[in-house]
Amino acid sequence: MDVLVDNADSLLAAFWMTLRLVIVAGLLSLAWGTVLAAMRVGPVRVLNLAGTTYVTLFRNTPLLVILLLIFNVLPKLGITWGYFWPNVIALTLYTSSFVCEALRAGVNSIPLGQAEAARSLGMTFGQSMRQVILPQSFRAVVPPVASVLIALTKNTSLVAIFGLADLTARMKDLLTDHASDLLWIFFGVAFAYIVIVEAISVIANTIERRWRVA
Amino acid sequence: MSASVLFDAPGPRTRARHRLYAVISTVVLAAILGLILWKLWQAGQFALDLWEPFVTPRILNALLWGLGQTLMMAVVAVAGAIVLGFILGIGKLSDHAVLRWPAWVVVEFFRAVPLFMLILATWYLLGPQPGGNGYWAVVIGLWLYNGSVIAEITRAGIHAIPKGQSEAAYALGLRKSAVMKLVLLPQAVKIMLPAIISQSIVALKDTSLGYAVLAPGLTFIGKQVFGEFRNIIPTALVMAATYIVLNLLLTWLATWAQKRYAGEKKVEVGLVGAVGLGSQAEAGAALR
Repeated sequence: MDVLVDNADSLLAAFWMTLRLVIVAGLLSLAWGTVLAAMRVGPVRVLNLAGTTYVTLFRNTPLLVILLLIFNVLPKLGITWGYFWPNVIALTLYTSSFVCEALRAGVNSIPLGQAEAARSLGMTFGQSMRQVILPQSFRAVVPPVASVLIALTKNTSLVAIFGLADLTARMKDLLTDHASDLLWIFFGVAFAYIVIVEAISVIANTIERRWRVA
Repeated sequence: MSASVLFDAPGPRTRARHRLYAVISTVVLAAILGLILWKLWQAGQFALDLWEPFVTPRILNALLWGLGQTLMMAVVAVAGAIVLGFILGIGKLSDHAVLRWPAWVVVEFFRAVPLFMLILATWYLLGPQPGGNGYWAVVIGLWLYNGSVIAEITRAGIHAIPKGQSEAAYALGLRKSAVMKLVLLPQAVKIMLPAIISQSIVALKDTSLGYAVLAPGLTFIGKQVFGEFRNIIPTALVMAATYIVLNLLLTWLATWAQKRYAGEKKVEVGLVGAVGLGSQAEAGAALR
């Protein structure tokens, strides 16, 4: 217990680092994942193919290998941005492929009859998307996207290998210095992660309930 | 939902516009890819001596050995996780609160905690030395995490079986354990199979974390290779390709199992602690 109290300030800083990674990489992944999903369902064949290839490649490569690649390829491209941004880029490249799949699954979960009904009422593509399909898919998309963001939260722990002082890195330092307090340190840091995970979960549940069709 | 329902078949003008988009996007994509490759080429990343190790028998053997270690680790991890997952999943469905609550706490905790953190803590608990301790740290971490996910898959699988099945079994006079063993589990396993295979893709990818705790495996051998030849980008690309091929094989297996055994039924794993990414996407997350 004392270990956690004595190191409260550095643990808080580490918590902030993890939270920042989750927020920044999360927002970027949502944006890039949406672009990818649009590429995959759009009418242009080349973009379909590019989107599919991207998702297949990045979803099946371990995040660790992507981090290794980003940290070594970026300098060769003449980009030197310290430690935070390369980590964020790797997390984004990896997570966005899952965001893309979650979005696609959400849209695909809307029964075909909905689209047929909208079209047979004479709605144009834009109208049926805006007024029938998308409002329903937003709701359907919430749980899988929340799952992806929770997985992202847990994946941020890998930045500890690549030079960022996040929660996991702090845990490692503390374990090296205070081996006898292992359980306190472990459960203390685990609690910090659970706070973020639960927050995402609660937000997702609230949004889902708000948007539920009565 | 097929997109074709949403809009009319494109006419000549729309088709021409799509062709234009296609040309523009091809040029842009080719330019981005070309720029990256050109920069890497300029930096000498395609030099023969950086790639030669991968056709040198000594290095190739080492990499294959590492791959074997990784595969064995994944098999041990998934097998243990299935056993643990069945126990926890059935525990969560128990009629006795004494069993239900501990199972719930364990499952929710290990689903919410980062696997890498779990592996590191286990490593420090065992004694942070390379080799055996690192290996077991990864395996124990994978057991606990994937076991918790498979517990949820088990619970969802058993729930997916129509209520009439267990009612009929009880009506025939079977006891609780017999209903589970003879009626529910055999049917649930079929439905769970694709989700479990998808989860083993997640587990296989996660074996790469052995890198950080010096456990024998592909990434650890890779680390030694690029330590010796200073060819970190080629090595990472080779490792990525290996993982991609293995995971595509598993994805194909999961799709086959879905068609062969599960049919339309899909296992949905609830949110709270979050499920491994792969299984969410692969299981299709039938949302409702």
